[in-house]
Amino acid sequence: MNIIELTINLVYVVAAVLFIFGLKLLGHPDSAKRGNLLSALGMFIAIVVTLLDQDIIQFHWILAGILAGGSFGVYKAKTVQMTAMPEMVSLFNGFGGAASMLVAWATLSAFTIMQLEQGSPFMFTTLFITALIGSITFTGSIVAWGKLSGHFSSKALVFKGLRFISIVHLLGISALFVLFVSYPEQIIWFYIAMLLALSFGVWATMSIGGADMPVVIALLNSYSGVAACAAGLAISNVILIVTGLLVGASGLILTQIMCKSMNRSLLNVLLSGFATPTQDAIQVSGEIKVMPTHDAYYVLEAAQSVLIVPGYGMAVAQAQHALRELQELLEDNNCEVNYAIHPVAGRMPGHMNVLLAEADVPYEQLLEMDEVNPNIERYDVVMVIGANDVVNPAAKELKGSPIYGMPVIEVYRAKSVFVLKRSANAGFAGVENPLFYKNNTSMLLGDAKETINTIIKDFSSD
Amino acid sequence: MDNIYLLIIVIFAALLGFELIKKVPATLHTPLMSGSNAISGITLVGALASSGTENELLSIVLGTLAVALASINVVGGYLVTDRMLSMFKKKQR
Repeated sequence: MNIIELTINLVYVVAAVLFIFGLKLLGHPDSAKRGNLLSALGMFIAIVVTLLDQDIIQFHWILAGILAGGSFGVYKAKTVQMTAMPEMVSLFNGFGGAASMLVAWATLSAFTIMQLEQGSPFMFTTLFITALIGSITFTGSIVAWGKLSGHFSSKALVFKGLRFISIVHLLGISALFVLFVSYPEQIIWFYIAMLLALSFGVWATMSIGGADMPVVIALLNSYSGVAACAAGLAISNVILIVTGLLVGASGLILTQIMCKSMNRSLLNVLLSGFATPTQDAIQVSGEIKVMPTHDAYYVLEAAQSVLIVPGYGMAVAQAQHALRELQELLEDNNCEVNYAIHPVAGRMPGHMNVLLAEADVPYEQLLEMDEVNPNIERYDVVMVIGANDVVNPAAKELKGSPIYGMPVIEVYRAKSVFVLKRSANAGFAGVENPLFYKNNTSMLLGDAKETINTIIKDFSSD
Repeated sequence: MDNIYLLIIVIFAALLGFELIKKVPATLHTPLMSGSNAISGITLVGALASSGTENELLSIVLGTLAVALASINVVGGYLVTDRMLSMFKKKQR
């Protein structure tokens, strides 16, 4: 190892340590910002020291690439709406996957015939895996982005030959893998496999419905890390291996949390499109009580403790700022206000927390489902805003319900429940909600933001 | 470098990753995802190497494209994470 190589590797170790400490600091909201800075510093020194490598000669190309990508990145980061974070993360997952795929391709295309004949099976295997995972991540993320941003229909695309198509893809890719590793000088096998992987990413994601997108984003996040790790193995670069795996682990843990919160296995989510959709319409009988907004004000005015349960509908109605205003009025009225957030509320893990943080709600008041459920009886009023399935008692009571067994925020055990909703229809997953028929539930129908603003007006005119 | 040596690194890095990420609270899961987006831009390091080593046109084009895409992740990912984390505040009363 010459002195330059040694320096580069030592700096990589420092960068890895910075990434690790950065992630550690991300464990608490107070230190998270510092953690992100540390991690960025690690990235910066890793990039700068790589440029020292004497092998690198195409500086003007590199500069052009960094400038083009960097400025687009700045633009996206500064302008993205917090409601649109899931789309953006999805898109970035895709770019990460595509970059790894291109690295594998570029590495391979730079080889001479002799290098191809003498390369090790380990290297060809890892290059193949890099291109494979990178390609699936790329097209899968683009489809997820399209579904989340409304460019494509968010419905699961299911048709008869889907299972067959997927199996053909997987068999084809396996066969091509054997061919390529056995005869690497026939680079054509690699290209065909890459095309198949790109196409597989599309089919696999198309067949998953919009409600399951949080799982898909988390999983693709994991893939983008694994692709980077595989690229690191292929080109023997330790920093890529370590950091790629940190990301891979992060995505996998989030995937697991999402699946557990929906009481489904990962396989069930990924293959849901392959099953025949069941249309079991369980009729819930009873009467829905609609409460005029002014009456709701009187109840809130007398309440000692209020729990707010937000869902994606809150983001759609952009009601978070009005909610924060109402929270202040309630607190001035000596009422305790908390928020309860279900792990799958919103379109990505932690989405609601970011939206509420943007509206200046202190993070101490955002409680997790497991913190709230044991003593939910003590709340005078629970306000459900734009959430439906995550508060559906059918998950506990109705054995035949599609969501039976899913952990939910048990709002029906509180003294009274207000459901702010546009109409009394079923939710995103199309499941009837018996909560609406409970004795202690009242519906406040209409646009959530307008409803809250009306209550705010009542408070101030008092 | 020895492949076994690389695989040992893989195992340790994976275990370390699981331990670290498990401790991140649910409230920070979105910044965690955008932050790990940025970190996965480490592919940039691989892209830099592959865009610089050869003079062949195809690998220059591919490498430059990879550099551009990874730069989007690095720059965009860190900036948007910073923007989000600046919003998380303690109660002030």
